[in-house]
Amino acid sequence: MDRVDGRLKVTGAAKYSAEYELPNMAYGVLVGSTITKGRIKSIDTKAAERAPGVIAVLHYQNAPKVPGYIQAAHPTEPKPVGQPHRVFYDDKVYFNDQPIAIVVADTLERARYAARLVKAQYEEDKHATDFLKHQSKAILPTHAQRNPKHYLNDYVKGKEDAYKGEPLKVEGEYVIPTEFHNPIELQAIVAHWEADNRLTVYDKTQAVIGTQNAFAKEWNIPVENVKVIATFVGGAFGNGLHTWPHETAAIIAAKKVNRPVKVMLTREQMFTMVGYRPFAWQKMGMSATKDGKITAITHEAIGQTSSYEEFTESVLQQTRMMYTSPNITTRYRILPLDVSTPIWMRGPGEATGAFALESAMDEMAYVLKMDPLEFRIKNHTDRDPERNLPWSTKFLTEAMQMGAEKIGWKNRKLEPGTLRNGEWLVGYGMGVGTFGSHRNRASARAVLRADGTVLIQSATTDIGPGTGTAMVQIAADAMGMDPSKITFELGSSLFPPAPSQGGSATVASVGSAVQAACNSLKKKLATMASGNAESSFKGAKYEDLAFKDGQVSLSSAPNTKLSFTDILKQQRLPELEATEESKPDNPERNKYSMYSFSVHFAEVQVHPLTGQVRVTKMVSCADAGKIVNKKTAGNQMIGGAVGGIGMALTEGAVIDDRFGRYVTKDFADYHVPVHADSPNIEVAFVDKPDFIGNPLGTKGIGEIATIGVAPAIANAIFNATGKRIRELPITPDKLI
Amino acid sequence: MAEEKDFTQPQPEGEEGQRPNEARRNFLKQSSILTAFALTPGVAVKAADLKFEEKVAAAFEKVNVTLEINGKKRKLSVEPRTTVLDLLREQLHLTGTKKGCDYGQCGACTVHVDGQRVLSCLSLAVMQDGKKITTIEGLADGDKLHPMQEAFIKHDGFQCGYCTPGQIMSAVACVREGHADSDDEIREFMSGNICRCGAYPNIVNAIKEVKNGGQKV
Repeated sequence: MDRVDGRLKVTGAAKYSAEYELPNMAYGVLVGSTITKGRIKSIDTKAAERAPGVIAVLHYQNAPKVPGYIQAAHPTEPKPVGQPHRVFYDDKVYFNDQPIAIVVADTLERARYAARLVKAQYEEDKHATDFLKHQSKAILPTHAQRNPKHYLNDYVKGKEDAYKGEPLKVEGEYVIPTEFHNPIELQAIVAHWEADNRLTVYDKTQAVIGTQNAFAKEWNIPVENVKVIATFVGGAFGNGLHTWPHETAAIIAAKKVNRPVKVMLTREQMFTMVGYRPFAWQKMGMSATKDGKITAITHEAIGQTSSYEEFTESVLQQTRMMYTSPNITTRYRILPLDVSTPIWMRGPGEATGAFALESAMDEMAYVLKMDPLEFRIKNHTDRDPERNLPWSTKFLTEAMQMGAEKIGWKNRKLEPGTLRNGEWLVGYGMGVGTFGSHRNRASARAVLRADGTVLIQSATTDIGPGTGTAMVQIAADAMGMDPSKITFELGSSLFPPAPSQGGSATVASVGSAVQAACNSLKKKLATMASGNAESSFKGAKYEDLAFKDGQVSLSSAPNTKLSFTDILKQQRLPELEATEESKPDNPERNKYSMYSFSVHFAEVQVHPLTGQVRVTKMVSCADAGKIVNKKTAGNQMIGGAVGGIGMALTEGAVIDDRFGRYVTKDFADYHVPVHADSPNIEVAFVDKPDFIGNPLGTKGIGEIATIGVAPAIANAIFNATGKRIRELPITPDKLI
Repeated sequence: MAEEKDFTQPQPEGEEGQRPNEARRNFLKQSSILTAFALTPGVAVKAADLKFEEKVAAAFEKVNVTLEINGKKRKLSVEPRTTVLDLLREQLHLTGTKKGCDYGQCGACTVHVDGQRVLSCLSLAVMQDGKKITTIEGLADGDKLHPMQEAFIKHDGFQCGYCTPGQIMSAVACVREGHADSDDEIREFMSGNICRCGAYPNIVNAIKEVKNGGQKV
């Protein structure tokens, strides 16, 4: 089925957060710090204030106070570990381009011009932004320090670092640079105080309810007084999972000038103000027997965080559960630097970890002179070795076989550098990905209307995967109706609560709620039909009824039918409504370990003289449970593969440590993949349901689409050239 | 300021209903005032204190242009520094054209000017006087979608939809230019339009279908 919002998107009618026009709206432009660490001595705003059209210039000295900034955490709440950056709170500077002022003017041009006139004097402290130089200062995250059972603690199964004493082993260090989400839609917000204690924001976020709660707390107003609208979100990939300083800056400005204020970040600010995939150093050690059984794995990782907030992510999970090995050791640390706080980026943590693990698998297979596909199958595990539980479902081997066939794995040569196409070296590589199959509490409202259409609402968002389309299909299946009669509305905090769109859990969570709301609606219809004394359905039980084509019929007598709309007419109802909450309360869940799995195959060509790498073909296969919509799910897999191409070959932040400032701050310097970088990408799904996870049988797709792609390409490059590159991105200079 | 006229709104021909030559005379008068300011900064500062500067500058900043946007002639008064992109989005409420970088690096702002694809974020509105601009809102024929729009839906050539208007405007031009003869050629000539969701292969398929379908684009 085509996307339900396709027409809006191809005609330009889809409205993103910066595109709401409110009467008397003003424009806010942020001024960033020019130092990386220290304090603001003074801010000269006179010239800006005098510039045409300027309404206000706000900074820590004159901005309205945000009540939530000073409010102590409730005594029953756990003490926070650091805290999000409090914009305009005091004179401290924690990172370069930290927002230190906002200029509000009546037009965008005037605000932008005046923002350049704001000049600050600083007292500068020595900063630390060079990860590798400061690596020894990494710490165990506070959460893990406080709770010995926390998953971020060191993990030892069997003997610690057992690979070290083994004869057949590999060992290597891997580096992933800071990567930026860089959705094409710039982060934007329109903040509007409709009354003193009533706030509406049109905001780019992946979590309308999360954002609503955050701002209610920040401004100390009732949650229901905050309205968050995010009907269309122009990509986010994780950077909409946090509330950022520019959002609060816009709200502060709107409060001060008593007009709606729009703030849209510049592309440069997208590199400093809205998070990133953190720089990470990793070390892998692996040993195996001659016949290819892994005997030990040690995986260490250090990820970057900011000086004011501890960001952590799960980098080492795949190493703990993917392969059988009697000995596994993992250690995770974080390194606070004078940078802004990272945030989860597509395949958070695991995409980083999988680069090291899946590269090491390839390295080990090469030491053993074994086909890396055979090596992985040999170490396949039918139970989760970490939790010692069976998998809810795992069809990874099937996915591997599908992918190997499609990429032409049989053409791969064991010896690197031996396959050529003209002057280009040709190589094949693979990488496996996994991510927890999550489901969260969610709710949805379904309304059957007199015209026979059904409206469904839930406060989820759609950052691109096609949530609305999947929900319409789920509802159509549940109701026994044509999808064209169903509308799904999302992206408003006025709708029944739903979790953030993150962690590949939206279909599992919200889809289950939509199904539950539809089932509830059907039960109401059944009760009405069977309760009518004159009806031929009199006394019929819900189980005896079939729902098809907008009609109820008796399963035993399919010709005894009554349309949904006739039931409403009989009851003299203008509409019929059902709201349901759905949560992962199936006790069976505790008996299984639940993950989605993917495997990616890459064919690359490398030019031996120039070091240019072309990905000539990719095949991505997933065991992601039942697939609701092959078109949108397939597209999501393609997108993950393209993101992985960027991670492997082109993307990486460069910071000038003398100043603590990014050198890469636009698309000319930070290279995201373009059309010419993207080959034909074939996608295949195992498409077998997993009903342990949720009643729809789905597992997540968004993360596994990209986890394992970068190592597949790095491994293919090794196969083509014999060069093992352990530092991303693999740019031509590393190959010549 | 509340008592100010809202200069962000499109103005009729000439300021305050003046005929263009009158507006031009006023412009010259005002610009000579500004020249005087430049020579005598003290006066300028005083004028600024008296809030003259803003009013004078506001008048000085506006230039009249006539653009044909999506088949409709529009007489506008714009600041010389206003880009076509910001004019479309912020003043004319044609938000289908997207801002993704403001540097001509992402392609989200692609429109057609006199039939050529152009990055509207790098084009000043005042330089387009008398030109025909087509945005994504003007591509369909009423309710009937342009074949490229149909093909993007059919091949799912987008996810979040934000780069889509720019991709489609570029794709139409790519076919018209004769740069859609092979997958590789399409990829090359579409590489100025970034899709961070990564729907590239589907976009290529959509363009191929339109190219091979032989419909008029």
